[in-house]
Amino acid sequence: MKFKKNIATSDTGYIFNPGSGDSFSSNQIGTDLLSFFKEDKSRGEIIRLICAKYEVEKIQFEKDLDDFITQLRDHNLLEN
Amino acid sequence: MEKLRYERPIIRKLNAGLVNKFGTQARSEVVSHLEGASVKALIREYGSPLFVLSEQQIRRSYQNMSRIFKTRYPKVQFAWSYKTNYLNAVCRIFHQEGSWAEVVSGFEYEKALGNGVPGKMIIFNGPDKTEDQLVMAARNDSLIHIDHFDELYTLLRLSEEFQLKPRVAIRVNMDTGIYPKWDRFGFNFENGQAWNAINKITDSDRLNLVGLHCHIGTFMLDTNAYAIAASRLCELAWRIRDKHGKTIQYLDLGGGFPSTNTLKGSYLPGSDTVPTIDQFADAITSVILGFGFSKEELPLLILETGRAMIDDAGYLLGTVLANKRLSDGRSSTILDIGVNSLFTAFWYDHKVSPAQEGGQYTEETVLYGPLCMNIDVIRESVSLPLLNKGDHLVVHKVGAYNMTQWMQFITLRPNVVLLDHESHPKLIRKAETIESIESQEQIPEHLLINSLS
Amino acid sequence: MITTNTLIKKKLVIAVTGLNAIDSPGPGVAVIRAIRESPEFDLRIIGLNYESLEPGIYLHDLIDKTYQIPYPSAGTESLLHRMKYIHQIENIDLVIPNFDAELFSFIKLREELEKMGIRSYLPEMEQFEARHKTVLYKFGKKHQLMVPEDRLINQPSELMKAAEELEYPLVIKGKYYDATIANTLEEAQKAFFQLQAKWGLPIIAQKFIKGTEINIAALGDGKGNTISVIPMRKLYITDKGKAWAGITIEDPSLIELAHKFIKATRWRGGCELEIMQSATGIPYIMEVNPRFPAWIYLTAAAGQNQPATLVRMALGETVEPFRSYEVGKMFVRYAWELITDVGEFQKISGTGEL
Repeated sequence: MKFKKNIATSDTGYIFNPGSGDSFSSNQIGTDLLSFFKEDKSRGEIIRLICAKYEVEKIQFEKDLDDFITQLRDHNLLEN
Repeated sequence: MEKLRYERPIIRKLNAGLVNKFGTQARSEVVSHLEGASVKALIREYGSPLFVLSEQQIRRSYQNMSRIFKTRYPKVQFAWSYKTNYLNAVCRIFHQEGSWAEVVSGFEYEKALGNGVPGKMIIFNGPDKTEDQLVMAARNDSLIHIDHFDELYTLLRLSEEFQLKPRVAIRVNMDTGIYPKWDRFGFNFENGQAWNAINKITDSDRLNLVGLHCHIGTFMLDTNAYAIAASRLCELAWRIRDKHGKTIQYLDLGGGFPSTNTLKGSYLPGSDTVPTIDQFADAITSVILGFGFSKEELPLLILETGRAMIDDAGYLLGTVLANKRLSDGRSSTILDIGVNSLFTAFWYDHKVSPAQEGGQYTEETVLYGPLCMNIDVIRESVSLPLLNKGDHLVVHKVGAYNMTQWMQFITLRPNVVLLDHESHPKLIRKAETIESIESQEQIPEHLLINSLS
Repeated sequence: MITTNTLIKKKLVIAVTGLNAIDSPGPGVAVIRAIRESPEFDLRIIGLNYESLEPGIYLHDLIDKTYQIPYPSAGTESLLHRMKYIHQIENIDLVIPNFDAELFSFIKLREELEKMGIRSYLPEMEQFEARHKTVLYKFGKKHQLMVPEDRLINQPSELMKAAEELEYPLVIKGKYYDATIANTLEEAQKAFFQLQAKWGLPIIAQKFIKGTEINIAALGDGKGNTISVIPMRKLYITDKGKAWAGITIEDPSLIELAHKFIKATRWRGGCELEIMQSATGIPYIMEVNPRFPAWIYLTAAAGQNQPATLVRMALGETVEPFRSYEVGKMFVRYAWELITDVGEFQKISGTGEL
């Protein structure tokens, strides 16, 4: 899984894909995840960071993380 | 450092055609308590899903409707439509308020007697009344509403045979300008069937024609249809007086008033478009009052309102079982509420509220039930905050028809509690168990041998 | 301090919907243009949008600020909630809704908005309902106005009977929007299913009238008086049936028709009568739109600025009916690319404000 490098993200949760012209919005945790992806953080590290910041069980977040990645794929925001 | 409240990560395409959160604010308002009773606590105690009925709301609806009609017309009687919700506790609330009983089967008739309704305050409707039931109803002096000629002849014969003179009315159907026409019930006005039936009754002298009945449809949105119906019944009553010198004691306008639920396929929500009860009352009472009856002759107005009195008082509480992303990227949520318990999901876009605070974000979601059936859909699309497994939801306005049309399919019917006048929950129907279902089954002896062990 | 009242411009905050100046345009942008042209007001214009690509949102010289409002299907409660929020920031004096589908909600909320200080100038619910497509034929009969005969269709099997009685071609119309001409049962059925899915039941099957398309923009005072009437002949019609070019014409029978309609309904506010003038010169009312048409700026150009007049009437001024207008004033609609930035689009999409 690799987040496309040229995707522009903002702190307010807006995402712009200059390759396709699509705009997106995300919630706070989604915005956090996108910045982690950009920094190439490992899955383990991301899970640790999120579980430290938010009130969530690891197992629940792992499931939601996979769903988020599915969403990114659906929206064509991942490198092939 | 205190941890932040968790919300599923989502990303949403900004689309010209999408309704964003501003489009749906009012719909996802959190409902954590029902009349002060916590949804979470109710589910903890009684399980999920759980039907909750509000006694206060039922009484308020009854009293409100009663006031609306009685301030417009001097003689009004309500008869509780058993088929709408025949849990005994519910029926008894209506009977305490003064409602008679309106039943459409022998089963319902027995329930009404069991709830202490005197026979003469039971209206017996419907196309299916057995001979035994007709005789019982006649002996109890109930009001028998005749649906078809076969029933009329049967009743004439039985009255002869048992030396009875039952009080009867005929059900009349007519063109009130609405679609579909309910011409399968009762005798048609326009083609003269109704008048024939009336003549048959008055000529026979074995039946006492005391009333005229109609029930023009269900979830009626056109108040004028009731004005037409009332006027047709008045015309018949007038002709009966003229031709047969007999005064009709009551006109029963049936039921059919809508609740504020939103019908599937309608563009605007029901809460905005459904006429008020005042408008229906105006339509009906102004016709009867203006028809020319003298004050003494004015017939009693009977109403069999069901849905409009109970729908708002019912809630179905449920729990999120899982979230799933569909192949086309849409989000879906599986609930423990299925169409087996929420039958009305086939008719309405029910209002669904989350029972706990969620984030600012909302997502368009399909709400599925737990049944292994493709048709098990509670809402095709609803905008809700991001729900997590185990979160609770409240489905609104489910008091009518669900607790009578629910199905037992692959699982058991849940508990039903009544929030009493102090909002204390009282269990009024226990959840079914496998024993309660299997108690009706019998296994032939040759199938008792188990060859798999 | 010495001033005269005439020198002080009225400070007004006016909220306008229908900013979708696209190929099947909403009237909002034209309404704003007409009001802005009136010298007597000191204006702040608030746009109210539904979708984030409505061009009006990005026309900052016409619209000072835009807020997204909930779709009518979300219910009046949502709308009221949102209007309260906007009002508390903007202190709106007047709202001019321009979408058929939203008028029900705004009429329903009229009193509540008025209590908050937001005026409007709209027909009564009864007037609004009486000209609805599904009852227009009945309405015409009652008031001796010519309306093509129609049938309400609740299931596809009824189309056959309607076709026998009215004959092909039939105009198959949705309850709120959209219409297609059907020449065969198959086409009619196809249209039935499409319109049913989009707008619900019933569907209207209307007798087709061949003739010249004319639209009339009219303004009533709610007491039966017609304040302004401008008839416009469509010169060029797009594939969506919208006028791309049009011209003001002089025809006393059309003016009389509008007067008759407004008198019969005691119409308050703007409306558009869609007319089909048959070969023999009979003007059939095809539809009555309960709001200004998208070409409303032509009324200002022809000397009867209907939007600005509506503003004055909404504020309680007594307005004398217009007597004349310029015949032969033309409009030719044109497409023009407005340039903006993705940030603006993201802002309106994400926050609902721009």
